[in-house]
Amino acid sequence: MNINSNGYTFAFASGMVIIVAAILSVAATSLKSKQDANVVLEKKQSILSSIGVAVERDEAGAAYEEYIQSEVVLQKGMVVDSAKECAFVLDLAEELKKSAEERRYPLFKALVEGKSFYIVPMRGKGLWGPIWGYMALASDGNTVYGATFDHKSETPGLGAEISTVAWQAQFPEKKVYSGESVALTVQKPGKGTGEYVVDGISGGTITSNGVDAMLKDCLSAYHAYFMTSAAPKSAPVVDTVRTAIDSATVAAIQF
Amino acid sequence: MSQEVQTIEKVSEPLFSKKNRKLLTDPLNDNNPITVQVLGICSALAITVQLKPAIVMSISVIAVLALGNVIVSLMRNFIPSRIRIIVQLVVVAALVILVDQVLKAFVYDVSKQLSVFVGLIITNCIVMGRLEAFALANTPWKSFLDGIGNGLGYAAILVAVAFFRELFGSGALFGYKIIPDSWYIANGGFYANNGMMLLPPMALITVGLIIWLQRAKNTKLIENA
Repeated sequence: MNINSNGYTFAFASGMVIIVAAILSVAATSLKSKQDANVVLEKKQSILSSIGVAVERDEAGAAYEEYIQSEVVLQKGMVVDSAKECAFVLDLAEELKKSAEERRYPLFKALVEGKSFYIVPMRGKGLWGPIWGYMALASDGNTVYGATFDHKSETPGLGAEISTVAWQAQFPEKKVYSGESVALTVQKPGKGTGEYVVDGISGGTITSNGVDAMLKDCLSAYHAYFMTSAAPKSAPVVDTVRTAIDSATVAAIQF
Repeated sequence: MSQEVQTIEKVSEPLFSKKNRKLLTDPLNDNNPITVQVLGICSALAITVQLKPAIVMSISVIAVLALGNVIVSLMRNFIPSRIRIIVQLVVVAALVILVDQVLKAFVYDVSKQLSVFVGLIITNCIVMGRLEAFALANTPWKSFLDGIGNGLGYAAILVAVAFFRELFGSGALFGYKIIPDSWYIANGGFYANNGMMLLPPMALITVGLIIWLQRAKNTKLIENA
């Protein structure tokens, strides 16, 4: 047979394409459930790490059930959904594309060793691609308990430093809101300190600015909700008592 | 019957004959794909900031090169010569997509680290170069050895470059701090990491230094004026 004839060439090309397509689609469909499970577990893992719960990926599912008490979806500061995993399945990237009126925001409520926390997911733009993170706030809805950040393709050693523990360690104990607006700021190192200031990364200015914008964009929508549901900030003494009662009640309900 | 089998065995050369061993060792030094043929440079610049992704990338390239070489070599007598490049591309692309899917399902962390670079194996000139220059004209076993050899040659340079870039750029190896914290200027010391090492130009310069060193040492590569 002449393997250089037109007919053979066509037959070879078509046959090869069909065989390769079959192999690839079998591989893709048979591995899909495993891949999706990995993505879900990774998200649970990073939500948990913002409240200081470090678990292996395999155990993230069980730990998530244990620590995350409830989830709500907010629209214009009001709860519009509180079904199980309603916040988890909400795609924040899609919501941020919508107009402010229609936008819905996910919020997680966690309980760790008797203390309750809010976990706010965030998403923004870095220098090369998307950046995202989770911010855990204490029950007053203002004090940062912990924060994790991750990125798709920031420069290693510069912007990519936002995903390191050392950089994220600056966030705990900072305050988010001053009045109605988000005052928590990421700025150039050495330009000031205080309870609202986090040092950016030298050499990673655009990524640092991206984090700053992300904090302002994503956290501002939660202020109204925290004002109505969190403990009032005006009376600190009452505040601690109330938090103590709150956690005692929650603990009682638990047992 | 038994006599026939014996004669066939006598004719075929041993699996690791001198010639076959050369297929494995040549690309490590005398005919290194990166430093001598200057192929696959793009990925050598892009993923050598840290050692771990460089090693994972090397393993993926070795796997794709060896498997691709064997498959093309098995098909070499059936491939119409007019579409041989397209056939090679399809084989490589299919293998790379398979590798990517398997990484995503079983070693998710590694696949996240490599992100787009797994896809870029398709465009790695070494892979296409070996398929076209070697696998199309040689038996599967020889092609397999050639693939492994060239993959190892690529890996050696990648790991060497990543070693220097991570050590001097981040003061770490495999993510573990090597340079003591007290050495840094911020902590009252005298040392600062070289931020240039993290950027692609320094990878090119590092590869250049390795080529210089290799040419100075290896007399076979010195060209007569």
